[in-house]
Amino acid sequence: MTKSELIERLSVEHDYLKKRDAEGVVNLIFNGIGDALSQGDRVEIRGFGSFSVREREAREARNPKSGELVSIPNRKTPFFKTGKELRERVDS
Amino acid sequence: MTKADLIESVYLATGFSKKESAAIVELVFDLMKETLEAGEKIKIAGFGNFVVKDKASRRGRNPQTGNEIEISSRRILTFKPSQVLKTSINDN
Repeated sequence: MTKSELIERLSVEHDYLKKRDAEGVVNLIFNGIGDALSQGDRVEIRGFGSFSVREREAREARNPKSGELVSIPNRKTPFFKTGKELRERVDS
Repeated sequence: MTKADLIESVYLATGFSKKESAAIVELVFDLMKETLEAGEKIKIAGFGNFVVKDKASRRGRNPQTGNEIEISSRRILTFKPSQVLKTSINDN
């Protein structure tokens, strides 16, 4: 399912949500989560999961094409931990 | 940030009541959970992909007792953040 399919399904399942409004809501949700993470905030959606930011240490790596040694600086990466309800539903 | 904050931002940005805003946000996550439960992946452009993966059974160890145990095969959910999200998190 893509974002546009999610928007489409949202407006179909909801009694009076126009597609344009469904699009606005879906964008608000994912932009909202992204903005919170950019500010270092953690986002918890009960029953779905939580998003947080994890630090990755700087390391030396190799360019797989040239074999050249490159140093990768420490950086942050988004992390998602599946919530209990969703974890159990996915595995059932 | 929690689901209540997302509901608040939907309420502020749209003409929907708080109750309606809550129902819409709830529906978005319910639709996503249904899709993932069915084993289908979700691709949100500019945010990331939620992918359901089948893990084979493997041998593990109880870290407390050191006993070898069989970890059963299972289906798990993984989140792969998009390059856009990774970049925005590191830009601050």
